[in-house]
Amino acid sequence: MSAQGTVGASGGKLPPTSVRGAARRGVVARPGREAVEAKGWLQAHKWLLLRRLSQFGILALFLAGPWFGIWIVKGNLSSSLTLDTLPLTDPFLIAQQFAAGHWPYREALVGGGIVLAFYLLVGGRLFCSWVCPVNLVTDAAAWLRRRLGLKGGKVPAGSTRSWLLGFVLLAAAATGSLAWEWVNPVSMFHRALIFGFGLAWGIVGGIFLYDLLVAPRGWCGHLCPQGAFYGLLGRVTLLRVSAAHRSACNDCMDCFAVCPEPQVIRPALKGVGQDHPLILDGDCTTCGRCVDVCGKDVFRITTRFNRSES
Amino acid sequence: MSDQDTSSRAGVQPVATPASRRRFLKDAAGVAGGAGLLALGAGLYARQASALPATAIRPPGALAEADFLAACVRCGLCVRDCPYDTLKLAELGDGVATGTPYFEARKIPCEMCDDIPCAAACPTGALDRGLTDIGKAKMGLAVLIDQENCLNFLGLRCDVCYRVCPVIDKAITLERIHNPRSDRHAMLLPTVHSEYCTGCGKCEKSCVLPGESAIKVLPIKLAQGSRAEHYLRGWEEKKAAGESLIGEQVELPVRGLEGKAFGDTRIAPGEGPRGAAPTVPDSKPSSKPGGIDSGWKP
Repeated sequence: MSAQGTVGASGGKLPPTSVRGAARRGVVARPGREAVEAKGWLQAHKWLLLRRLSQFGILALFLAGPWFGIWIVKGNLSSSLTLDTLPLTDPFLIAQQFAAGHWPYREALVGGGIVLAFYLLVGGRLFCSWVCPVNLVTDAAAWLRRRLGLKGGKVPAGSTRSWLLGFVLLAAAATGSLAWEWVNPVSMFHRALIFGFGLAWGIVGGIFLYDLLVAPRGWCGHLCPQGAFYGLLGRVTLLRVSAAHRSACNDCMDCFAVCPEPQVIRPALKGVGQDHPLILDGDCTTCGRCVDVCGKDVFRITTRFNRSES
Repeated sequence: MSDQDTSSRAGVQPVATPASRRRFLKDAAGVAGGAGLLALGAGLYARQASALPATAIRPPGALAEADFLAACVRCGLCVRDCPYDTLKLAELGDGVATGTPYFEARKIPCEMCDDIPCAAACPTGALDRGLTDIGKAKMGLAVLIDQENCLNFLGLRCDVCYRVCPVIDKAITLERIHNPRSDRHAMLLPTVHSEYCTGCGKCEKSCVLPGESAIKVLPIKLAQGSRAEHYLRGWEEKKAAGESLIGEQVELPVRGLEGKAFGDTRIAPGEGPRGAAPTVPDSKPSSKPGGIDSGWKP
């Protein structure tokens, strides 16, 4: 069962819709080559570039104050104040506060409400792929892993993060404090970038190495309770990815290779357990990478009510 | 494994044979156990790290430490609105709960802004906006902790901590007492009064000693004993009642000190119970020869 090495080997001996199948075909190392040939480099990286722009742009807004004295946004992703008027607060933190038995001031509640409404509208885990700084770290690890051809590893079950989310809230209730925030790599990394690192480098480096050497997509895809929290919002969110042109799929497996949550693709692309081509799984981060790497333009970003197929 | 995970998530419901159900339960138990252990570890670490180091002082208006740790989201808005760069967010490894705001008085003390911008900036109420008078802040309590090196305790007139105190003559007073070493000078001892001290730390910052300060701001929990409620302070009871609760007492004379004010127990030469004047020691050393066991004393 050695790697066959050809991209178009979609004859159908191997199940075309498993990650392992893709790995055996050898497409994992450089997915999206076909798309670059078909659409041009820029079009084949459109969503990726927009996403990086969003991630770095948000970081730049936060850093403009401490670095250049231009105070557009103060604070960090946990809670911030934009232009001295708009409060924004992470609803995950407010949930922990409630569990710990603290009722915050109105600013935090309003800010949390705004953020909650935003992610309910455009995609729960949009936070993970378009905002969260840890995504840069784990994307880098995933890219390097593909390039180095590292295979296998020990991945915890995908439901671990949901359990962890439950225990995070339990721990907050039991200790009467925001216990997870002592170690939460997501808020810690963002805060460290803005306010100073201390030993937080160790935690970020640990996540990179864990994703690279131990578990592919281990942190964001299996452990992070903050991602699980936003995944809950993602179940009812308006903006979704649709495999609208799935009839054109040539089973090249590039989308599976780049997708940080590959299990969400199959029901939509292959009609397993559902008729419509929408990816409704809350785990989908709406990163749009599948749209980019598909040479046949199978995917598009649309609303959850658009069930049409072209 | 990820592949099994993938297929089961994709909506293919396996037929619920006893074997598959058993495997599911086993997997779920493993996952739940692992996640629980991780959360438990985080919780234990949180509890262990919640012991605040003595030099870390919370901003004005901070809730009691346990409540503070439930309320603070570590956003740093208080840090941003502090005009003197006093506050900072704890970094991992600082010994303070990661990301929470604090200051070290010896480095940069609190300047006690009238409008308390740090508390006004807090969106969660970890810093209480009910505090409107910075003079009522209780960030910590100054303690003159090293009486051996404090210059005023050595009989000098340093007074710097007293002079810089924003609540001078209330939070820190100079208490005059006799200097027993020189026997002819006064010592003016800086004395902190907890009722007025806000814990701003300006005294600790300005202490002239090189290195560590002789006066330090400590968290109130460390700095203050608990009041002995069972002990009634006679003078307070007397003041509250307007008179002594046990009636006026007969003032008994102290033998040998008749004619002096009550309570004045200082003894002049020629006075005293024995009526013997304290002998001034001879300044000349004894003419006895020196050596071991000679009985010579200076």
